[in-house]
Amino acid sequence: MKELEADEIDLILENAATLKRILDSGNKKTAHLQGKSVVTLFYENSTRTRLSFEMASKFMGAASANIASSGSSVQKGESLLDTVRTIDRMATDILVMRHPQSGAPHGIAPKVRVSIVNAGDGMNEHPTQALLDFLTMKEKYGRLEGLEVAIVGDILHSRVARSNIWGLAKMGARVRLAGPPTLLPRELERTGARVCRTVDEALEGADVVMGLRIQLERMKSGLVPSVAEYARFYGITPERLRLAKPDALLMHPGPCNHGVEMPTLVYECPQSVIDEQVTNGVAVRMAVLYLLTARRNA
Amino acid sequence: MMRTLIRGGRLVDPARRIDGQRDVLIEDGKVARVEPNLDDDGSCTVVDARNRLVLPGLVDPHSHLRDPGFEYREDIATGTAAAACGGFTSVACMPNTKPVCDNVAVVEYILSKAKREGSVNVFPDFWVKRPDDGTELAEIGLMAASGIVAVSDDGKPVANPDLMRKALQYAAGFGIPVISHCEEPSLSADGQMNEGFVSLRLGLRGIPSTAEDAMTSREILLAEYLGVPVHIAHVSTAGSVAMIRSAKARGVKVTCETCPHYFLLTDEACLGFNTLAKVNPPLRGAADVAAVLEGLADGTVDMIATDHAPHHADEKDLEFALANSGINGFETAFGLSYTRLVDGGVVSLARFVELMSLAPSNLLKLGRGTLAPGAPGDVTVVETGGPWTFHRATMRSKSKNTPFDGATMTARVAATVVAGRVVYQVEEMA
Repeated sequence: MKELEADEIDLILENAATLKRILDSGNKKTAHLQGKSVVTLFYENSTRTRLSFEMASKFMGAASANIASSGSSVQKGESLLDTVRTIDRMATDILVMRHPQSGAPHGIAPKVRVSIVNAGDGMNEHPTQALLDFLTMKEKYGRLEGLEVAIVGDILHSRVARSNIWGLAKMGARVRLAGPPTLLPRELERTGARVCRTVDEALEGADVVMGLRIQLERMKSGLVPSVAEYARFYGITPERLRLAKPDALLMHPGPCNHGVEMPTLVYECPQSVIDEQVTNGVAVRMAVLYLLTARRNA
Repeated sequence: MMRTLIRGGRLVDPARRIDGQRDVLIEDGKVARVEPNLDDDGSCTVVDARNRLVLPGLVDPHSHLRDPGFEYREDIATGTAAAACGGFTSVACMPNTKPVCDNVAVVEYILSKAKREGSVNVFPDFWVKRPDDGTELAEIGLMAASGIVAVSDDGKPVANPDLMRKALQYAAGFGIPVISHCEEPSLSADGQMNEGFVSLRLGLRGIPSTAEDAMTSREILLAEYLGVPVHIAHVSTAGSVAMIRSAKARGVKVTCETCPHYFLLTDEACLGFNTLAKVNPPLRGAADVAAVLEGLADGTVDMIATDHAPHHADEKDLEFALANSGINGFETAFGLSYTRLVDGGVVSLARFVELMSLAPSNLLKLGRGTLAPGAPGDVTVVETGGPWTFHRATMRSKSKNTPFDGATMTARVAATVVAGRVVYQVEEMA
């Protein structure tokens, strides 16, 4: 999202809104990607992102295939560059890539012909997640500009938080951030977001409340004392959610640790659009894939 | 008798307070005469230094020649050829080779290979710890006799304060300097670059400046308490500079070096996941760069080291977190530093010669850094003006990992002379 311009983000969201109608129709088949090939290469586990890219390419008629790092030559120690070159030479149009290292797709992209979609790189970015979050917000409010968006949790390790921070700033939304002090990166205020001392402060009057996944390893590495302590001070409880605007959206990129980031009661509350986010993920990824091939054809 | 005459240049020799037109005659490897207008009787190899600066040979107190063990990155022949090209006549090499330079066999290997294949003088540093154990002191006394010039923990900092205390205490008894790589490993663990807004932007794990500051502080406290010297390697933070400045004012025997990249680049050089700017300690923020420059200007920083750290292209052409740390420095250190520090008005030319020749020679007790009669005939002849553009493709080092491709410099090395032998000459002169 750091590299995208506001009008490009708008273009993707407009296309996503149109393409989403296909998902609601009885005939989920279009020719947008007919004759194109899409490969997903995931070096990390994923349910939503990976499946939604695969469904998106299948709905639009692309030949699609997927590779996991286990069961491929990656296990034999093949480098990322060699793996991507191999995929490139199989007449692949788009490579959807997730990698545990920040910047992995940036290093590869200039060296291959295939278009690369970043499906999450280390702690850096998860742009299609931010785009689906934007689509979800826009469906509710009709705009992003002026929205007060509270993001709560492990900001330091979160590529979802980063992509939202960069993207929302471009779209004119205002971001508030809260989380355990050990999980807030240094110089966070320089992003332009408001860094709050408490979750209560971040949620007060917010239009959107976004929880982030906390990885349980963070407790082991001493960044947070315990799950119980996290839930007590940083969990999105019903009482805290009431501090936000009455009809504020509740979001979470998933997968959620129920009872930690928020109780199931909140996860399933009427304000929750967590399931809607999943559907919008398919729509946004359809738009990204389509626009990339359209640009290549142009 | 081998005779070399360096004729017509402006000699800058701060140890002898000389700055003026002098010819330098070297006989059998030693400086024989330093006078205006010496005549060639026809037996001399003549180096034309007209319109050029003649300096005591540059000394690099901190480099990695990668030999033995990593010859695919650099070896003693290519490393010293690169050093000669960069104007260095003497280089000290760090012990993190493979095997580690922690026994007399490796010391003798380095010295004999340097004698056979080296273009410049090579002085090995020794590993601070015993090879078989992580907590016992190296045989510093025995090794001092075998030709080592310092002990160091470079690349793998001594986390145990008591071991560092003993190293400082014991080495001082033999007059062997301890060069400390200041990094608190628990604070820098998993870090990829300086912790700050740029690491936040790139989603890379940060190394806090306090990882360096904490260790600098520890070494100063130990040196002060024990009353012995300590040398701080590659200072990169404002905190280190400030602590060293105040320690010196109290009379602590602390010296330090910095590297060109710590006063020329900030962590923004890492943007775009540029692994050529990945180095340890990491490139810091603008305030740190300003502090390092201030330290150079006021004498807090004693010398410039290259921390020449060649890496193979495959070790840099990787995801940022997986790429090796290090900058290839021999061939850019002089030109870039001269441009920034002398032309930029930070230090005088005489002070600059101290930073790059006399001070490192004094630290390592090499008896160089000046062209007094009887001293080793190591000379660096320099051309100023320019600008000249540096191209990494022309590098003599086996590796090309530099972030300075395309940089312009207002000075370049015209000739490098080691013990009277011309080991490098810029092409137009040759």
